[in-house]
Amino acid sequence: MAAPKKGRRPAGGQSRPGRALALILIAMVALTGGMFWSGHTTPRLGIDLAGGTSITLKAKAEPGQESAVNETNMNTAVGIIERRVNGLGVSEAEVQTQGAENIIVNIPRGTNEKQAREQVGTTAQLYFRPVLAVAAATPQTAPSATPSGKPSGSPKPSASASSGTTVGEKSATPTATASPQGRALTEALKAPSPTPTASSSAKPKATGTPQATPKPDPATAALQQKFATLNCLDPKARTAAGQGVKSTEPTVACGKNAIGQWEKYLLGPAEVDGKDVDKAKAGLDQRTGQWIVDMEFTDAGSKKFQSITSKLSQQAEPQNQFAIVLDGEVVSAPRVQTTLSASAQISGSFTQQSAQDLGNVLSYGALPLAFQTQSVDTVTAALGGDQLQAGLIAGAIGLGLVIIYLVAYYRGLSLIAILSLGVSALLTYVLMALLGPAIGFALNLPAVCGAIVAIGITADSFIVYFERIRDELREGRTLRPAVERAWPRARRTILVSDFVSFLAAAVLFIVTVGKVQGFAFTLGLTTLLDIVVVFLFTKPVMTLLARTKFFGNGHAWSGLDPKRLGAKPPLRRTRRTHAPVDTKEA
Amino acid sequence: MSKLGNLGARLHRGEVGYDFIGKRKIWYGLSILITITAIVALAVRGLNMGIEFQGGAVFTTPKTDVSVSQAQTYAEEASGHDAIVQQLGNGSLRIQVGGLDTDKSDQVRAELAKDLNVPESKIAAELVGPSWGEQIATKAWTGLGVFMILVVIYLAIAFEWRMAVAALVALIHDLTITVGIYSLVGFEVTVGTVIGLLTILGYSLYDTVVVFDSLKEQTKDITKQTRYTYSELANRSINGTLVRSINTTVVALLPVAGLLFIGGGVLGAGMLNDISLSLFVGLAAGAYSSIFIATPLVADLKEREPSIKALRKRVLAKRASAAAKGESLDAADDLSSEAAVVGPRAGRRGTQEHRG
Repeated sequence: MAAPKKGRRPAGGQSRPGRALALILIAMVALTGGMFWSGHTTPRLGIDLAGGTSITLKAKAEPGQESAVNETNMNTAVGIIERRVNGLGVSEAEVQTQGAENIIVNIPRGTNEKQAREQVGTTAQLYFRPVLAVAAATPQTAPSATPSGKPSGSPKPSASASSGTTVGEKSATPTATASPQGRALTEALKAPSPTPTASSSAKPKATGTPQATPKPDPATAALQQKFATLNCLDPKARTAAGQGVKSTEPTVACGKNAIGQWEKYLLGPAEVDGKDVDKAKAGLDQRTGQWIVDMEFTDAGSKKFQSITSKLSQQAEPQNQFAIVLDGEVVSAPRVQTTLSASAQISGSFTQQSAQDLGNVLSYGALPLAFQTQSVDTVTAALGGDQLQAGLIAGAIGLGLVIIYLVAYYRGLSLIAILSLGVSALLTYVLMALLGPAIGFALNLPAVCGAIVAIGITADSFIVYFERIRDELREGRTLRPAVERAWPRARRTILVSDFVSFLAAAVLFIVTVGKVQGFAFTLGLTTLLDIVVVFLFTKPVMTLLARTKFFGNGHAWSGLDPKRLGAKPPLRRTRRTHAPVDTKEA
Repeated sequence: MSKLGNLGARLHRGEVGYDFIGKRKIWYGLSILITITAIVALAVRGLNMGIEFQGGAVFTTPKTDVSVSQAQTYAEEASGHDAIVQQLGNGSLRIQVGGLDTDKSDQVRAELAKDLNVPESKIAAELVGPSWGEQIATKAWTGLGVFMILVVIYLAIAFEWRMAVAALVALIHDLTITVGIYSLVGFEVTVGTVIGLLTILGYSLYDTVVVFDSLKEQTKDITKQTRYTYSELANRSINGTLVRSINTTVVALLPVAGLLFIGGGVLGAGMLNDISLSLFVGLAAGAYSSIFIATPLVADLKEREPSIKALRKRVLAKRASAAAKGESLDAADDLSSEAAVVGPRAGRRGTQEHRG
């Protein structure tokens, strides 16, 4: 596209209009077919046209930690916000980064916008809390509410007996068993792997009923009640469970275990928080070949972690676990086998994915990022519909006016322009429909504007070409050579100017955010399509039509009548203007 | 229309033609005047920044019987801030409350719903924190800067630096005029306006590039002839692309006018309207500047080049000697007549000559 080339191919030698037309026809059929085949026959609509809520958040790093706003952190934040919004039971909410420091949350209409907003904006909270009790997800029907605390299941060897906490807890239905408790990761710091002192601590304790009490438990009746009635299968209840709880208070929370079932936890006050984790990452244990997560603590974190692990390692099941709680949800609850400090290793039945996920949560769970709500757009379906309609009407009127003008000025020639505009419009529509599922493109109001504005840009290419052809005719050429001679020059002009237009769109798309981006995208897309259409459609059709009698002989209505164009007659004129009447044209 | 078509033919033959370059001082003057007015207006009146830049909320209600003034009272009572209420084409109200933070706006929306007796979910709300617009503006400036640098580099490579400079001046000229008109008329500046302004970037240059492309072609072998000076050829390229410029501008403005009409007529206000308004102003300015500012500037810059200066001397000398011999070269008319009328013969020959 760059430096305009001068090379002019010999006229006539270049035109293989059939091939280009076949190419674009195949492309159109394939794309349209693809559209119907994929079932996405309309473009995905943005919130402003379909209705719904769109929230824009901006990351703010804490002073001195400006570098915290980076890609990894942003992506983690997106993951966390996604969890939160989906925790509200919202379907198809989409959360994505935009630019370097913004996150856009689009929530389709019909959901609780207010709640969503509260959920979305706050900083993620990551805490390490001691586990006091674990139970199956649903409320106990035979409530053991009475804190009869006697661990019935205690004797089981393999740490199965979960119960035995201050909160009256029936013996471990759910958890227990050989399989790990919390979740995949749960086996934690356990057996096979590195953590040395291993099993020693766990077993002896298991027998002892005792430490039902050692927690000086503030596990008040209210909390017990909350724990008993918590239903972790209900997303709303899950979200509500940990809400408004201070890190210094015990709480209840839900989490998934190794086999993906929800379980509920009664948790003590937070002992370590996310900021105490220096870094964490997943790795493969060389010895066992299993996935593990290594974490390292900051200096302050080491001390805290040491104190919690020394306490926990003395406890029996399930109180020898600490829960890693992110936004009120237990992500993992590894068992502690020994006192640890600066670094620790979590092992268990991880997959690569789950190990990496946990590593991410630990590293970035409590982001050093705060989010500020920049804008909230709530659009009712009715308003969105009105705007879409207005946009379409505006587009239709604009297109109509352009067509009228083209017909009036270019007469028969306008047929080619109109056909080309039609091809352009079809391709734009189909691509927009296909780009929805493909890259998440959503047609919003600015994008509609971009498409309408593009009508002008597209039409300009034809005008450049037509004017060139007419200039050639005025030189006294007949249509066929004129069409070919005009093309290389028109082509160069079209490429150069479209390049500038595309450059503007690309820069806008990369640099800007939000609505501006949608606009830039459409503009860029239609500029590219303009080139495709002019090269593969307009020019070949022009070549073909030049062979017809109507155009070739310069019919009065073809827009190419040499006489009306004021073409040079074969014989040289002596003096200029004697042709005011016959130059009258269009 | 027929006159326009006729004009195309006559322009091509060089029967008519306007001396854009010769009268450039008038247009420079006009542009400087407009630009100064724009800058003064901007300094004195500033811009009417929409809530997107100040923070606040815009509520759009469904069709309602509540009067505008009544709604304003409600909104001001509910928020404790000034409110602007507009009736939209479809009977709904657009209530704009400045200075409202995003937290409080929920409450206001709920109260408005009660006052207007419509369900809260039927009120569309756009809540904007004060720094959002700032962020968009900052990004827009960055975009503007990056684009200008890239485009100058591109134009300098594809054409030459003088054209790049002239295009840049024309671009800044267009933006200034557009912003100035916003300031003078008091149109509200919204994100839509910013989008429109940014689009002008591409469009203004698009137009300029088309003229430059023709100019480059016309002046390809300029030093090998002694018939025309650079300025005269520049003028010819403007005239040669004039019909295209007019057509393009008309065709570009028509859809934008459609947007403006529909945006204003049906929806009263909003993004459609904002984008199209700034586009409309900017497009018109862009068409003007590519003809009256950018190309004359290139000619001015070019005429300082030694080889072009020398050419000018040669051309003038040749004409002088021809005149002395009593010959009347058509091209000589160019110089003598203010209107730069180029005779058909000369014109034709000139073109052929350069097309090689």
